Amino acid sequence: MPRADFQVVVGLEVHAQLLTRAKLFSSASTDFGQAPNTQTTPVCLGMPGALPVLNEKVVELAIRTGLALGCTVNQRSEWSRKHYFYPDSPKAYQITQWDFPICEWGEVSFEVDGRLKRARLRRIHIEEDAGKSVHDAADGLTLIDLNRAGTPLLELVSEPDLRSADEAIEYLKALREILVAIGVNDGNLEEGSFRCDANVSVMRHGSTTLGTRCELKNLNSFRFIKQAIEIEAERHVELIERGGVVEQQTRLFDPDRGETRAMRSKEDAHDYRYFPEPDLPPLLVSAETIEAVRRSLPELPRAKRQRYVEQLKLPPYDAQVLTADARLARLFDACVLQFPDAKKVSNWFQGELSRLLNSSGRGADQVKFTPAQFGALLRAVDDGTISNSTAKDVFAQVFETGKDPLAIVAEQGLAQSTDLGELERVVDEVLAANQKNVLGYRGGNLKLLGFFVGQVMKAMKGKGNPNPKTVNELLVKKLG
Amino acid sequence: MSALYELTLAEVSLALAQRRVSASEVLDAQVARLGAVEPRVQAFLRIDEAGARAAATASDARRSAGQSLGPLDGVPVALKDNLLTRGVETTAGSRILSGYVPPNDATVTTRLKQAGAVILGKTNLDEFAMGSSTESCPFHLTQNPYALDRVPGGSSGGSAAAVAAREVFGALGSDTGGSIRQPAALTNVVGLKPTWGRVSRSGVIAYASSLDQVGPFGRTVTDVALQLKVIAGHDPADSTSSDAPVPDYAAGLTGSVKGLRIGLPREYEVAGMDPHVLASVKAAAKTLQGLGATLVELSLPHTGAALAAYYLIASSEASSNLGRYDGVRFGHRAEGVKTLRELYVKSRSEGFGEEVKRRIMLGTFALSAGYHDAYSVKAQQVRTLIRRDFEQAFGVCDVVLSATSPVPAWKQGEKLDDPLALYLMDVLTIPCNLAGLPGVSVPMAPTSAGLPTGLQVLGRPFDEQTVLNVAHAWERETSYFRRAPEL
Amino acid sequence: MKLTVEQVRHVANLARLELSAAEEGRFVERLQAVVDAVDALSKIDTTGVPPMTAPVHGAPTTRADEPGGMLTTDEALANAPQKVGTSFAIPRVIE
Ligand SMILES: [Mg+2]
Ligand SMILES: [Zn+2]
Repeated sequence: MPRADFQVVVGLEVHAQLLTRAKLFSSASTDFGQAPNTQTTPVCLGMPGALPVLNEKVVELAIRTGLALGCTVNQRSEWSRKHYFYPDSPKAYQITQWDFPICEWGEVSFEVDGRLKRARLRRIHIEEDAGKSVHDAADGLTLIDLNRAGTPLLELVSEPDLRSADEAIEYLKALREILVAIGVNDGNLEEGSFRCDANVSVMRHGSTTLGTRCELKNLNSFRFIKQAIEIEAERHVELIERGGVVEQQTRLFDPDRGETRAMRSKEDAHDYRYFPEPDLPPLLVSAETIEAVRRSLPELPRAKRQRYVEQLKLPPYDAQVLTADARLARLFDACVLQFPDAKKVSNWFQGELSRLLNSSGRGADQVKFTPAQFGALLRAVDDGTISNSTAKDVFAQVFETGKDPLAIVAEQGLAQSTDLGELERVVDEVLAANQKNVLGYRGGNLKLLGFFVGQVMKAMKGKGNPNPKTVNELLVKKLG
Repeated sequence: MSALYELTLAEVSLALAQRRVSASEVLDAQVARLGAVEPRVQAFLRIDEAGARAAATASDARRSAGQSLGPLDGVPVALKDNLLTRGVETTAGSRILSGYVPPNDATVTTRLKQAGAVILGKTNLDEFAMGSSTESCPFHLTQNPYALDRVPGGSSGGSAAAVAAREVFGALGSDTGGSIRQPAALTNVVGLKPTWGRVSRSGVIAYASSLDQVGPFGRTVTDVALQLKVIAGHDPADSTSSDAPVPDYAAGLTGSVKGLRIGLPREYEVAGMDPHVLASVKAAAKTLQGLGATLVELSLPHTGAALAAYYLIASSEASSNLGRYDGVRFGHRAEGVKTLRELYVKSRSEGFGEEVKRRIMLGTFALSAGYHDAYSVKAQQVRTLIRRDFEQAFGVCDVVLSATSPVPAWKQGEKLDDPLALYLMDVLTIPCNLAGLPGVSVPMAPTSAGLPTGLQVLGRPFDEQTVLNVAHAWERETSYFRRAPEL
Repeated sequence: MKLTVEQVRHVANLARLELSAAEEGRFVERLQAVVDAVDALSKIDTTGVPPMTAPVHGAPTTRADEPGGMLTTDEALANAPQKVGTSFAIPRVIE
């Protein structure tokens, strides 16, 4: 970590792959992991005469992201060409947005050490991904696969508002959570569908002038991002303290050696020669479209957690667990509508439901039961129709088959006995047969209540399924 | 009946429709004509006789079954070699694309095929359509059928020469700064540059995307109108193609210019203009006035800046569009390269000719850091001013009339050493591309030496009909189109 | 503006072109001629004039998010100067 009188300053550029079936400007599939060059059209290969045509789903996803992050969505944005020669860039330019991005000025809020922080998002723009160069596959050759070329990306650029590696990580986690929750990105760092470059600089505490920044690339895990930022900041501090000057550079993080190093010499510095893309008219979005997308937005995880704690009075832990998976939270919301005791629903979700989901390998969006069935089951427990343990068995069946829980209770005779006369007779018998223990209880050994309950339940076997709560109450009364 | 090759497209179309001749017979006649004149004209880079034969046979089968695909069914045509033809080598006149066989057709190619046209081959052009004389092609020169030691104009010189030499009945070219209209003027044929967005650019090997537009050549305005009808219209593969309805242009040729206001821009009398050409334009205006049109003198004040703006814009886009020729996925790759940089530099330097390199250099320079605003942005602002000039002009007139080229065809090699003089050849055609307007060139009075000249008519966006109609009225009145080259 | 050989070399480098010594001289001269002509543009007052990218008419064409119409690998690689399996191949890039 940098020495005490220096402050780390971080800005992040995230590239998030959009969840579309076809590419940004061509009809090629975005399927991952196919054989090289099987997912291409002339557009992806930069063939002569090929023209880009915009996938409209991308626009919807970009607007969705902008709204979820509190951005202004520009009703007119423009496409630009960014020029550079590289073998995985088939046209020698990338189609991106430069002067006029689709979204501007939003924010990402996140928690660090229990405190809520915010970082401003300067812009979100749409651009196409490059292909893949494989350097080690064949002797003396680099192989080019253009399957990924033209896959739609959002680039989300933050202001340099982050003040530590930890803040950077929390920012990224919060951002990723939102992108996944609104269905625009799968959040996968290893496969590269959520990628991050970090702009790192340092300044003396109390200073308002940012230091010269370096851009770090190749950060494909949260751990590497944290390491890279810390190592880079340390490098800056050392340089400055030795009287040196930080040069603005693009640097590569080498996790094996735990160092960053400059990516290209100055002579090779890029001159991207941006200019407006003549093959694509400006992107126009109507106010109605923006509103329609806004209406379709789900509640975001942070707002959801807040609502769970404040309105549903759930413990923060429960809120965290339930909102960690957007599908689970959606199901939870639907079930609470059917059975308003949110804490009880939450307990079931964290207990039985999560166990059944895990063992079945299903997601919370693939369950067979309806929220109404779930509500009916919990009501049956509540009004004493069935015991809690019976309810678990019933729920397991409902989960498997989607059958109505009340029908299962009726068919399998699982309803608890309500014949209080019979129960009272059994209780009296049990007490009479265990006088020693009765005296023990009355003498202050209250733990013996459990013994009596057990005896009563045993004796009641086959004579209805008494609600343990009722048994308890009756015993306490008789013993008292 | 005269020889088949002497017919216009409309005439041969009629003959086919009336079953007076078969598509195969027409093709035979054209193959014979090619044998007779092509060695001297050299309009083609590639002749696809087998493909043409199959198309003609299929056309005859349709006719027999009573299933004609319309006026182009069975009619031999040619395509400029920057228009993709699936399975048939397409080079854009560049070594860097030697041997390139595209996996798909250009949309215009598809539409011609769907209309039953018989595509006889691919025509010569300036490399990547960059030029005005069809001399910057590395393969061979094309001769002007009216004077074999002269250029046919360019960059669509091959298509113009092929139609002028009666090798085909129609042809497509592309026009970025006059590349259809100027060669049409120099070879006594009709050439139309449609409104930008009227014809799909999908499958057109790009030179300067915001200026490029495909259009037809024909011996008559009707021939051009028939082809335009087939190739125009919305294309889902081109984001910039317009969905404006496509009228039946040929049916709309009334031949009347009564009440039409014809604008004569002061600035289109340029220094260095051939006196015969200048006098002919004035006479043409009088002729049209005699036919009932009103003449309006007007000003297009930013014309003088058009050339510079054009060269910056076209070169900038070209430098970008030609980055893809890198020797990785297709096209020429230098031998024995060991590094990536070598691969790029050597493949591109060997593959591109000098004129192409020069434009890539100029465009790269104009876009590079430090010059971008002073050059690129400035040029685009000037472009706005030029477009506004036309918007104002079309407030007081319906079409703008001028010469197409300030001079008739020049001798091959004559002006090659003076790039600015060559650029000057485009001065009357360029503003139309900058503004995105439709424009046609139609044969005008030949010079005393018998060299063809052309009259240019420019119109409002998507008003090809009026432009063609004025040209049609002029053509009926003067009949210069009837002149044939002595080959 | 006066172009220098260094500028021309820099531009050639950006454009991935190699100019022989003779070409270099010729290009400086010819580009200079164009640059001179272009410098005349600076005299035109364009204050407040928006740049025109293309003569756009109407709304752009877009497409639905439906994959299809892809090339076979044979088609994709048919024009490749060098290939290995279904990949394009180039001399090894060292970064
Ligand atoms: Mg970036
Ligand atoms: Zn990016």
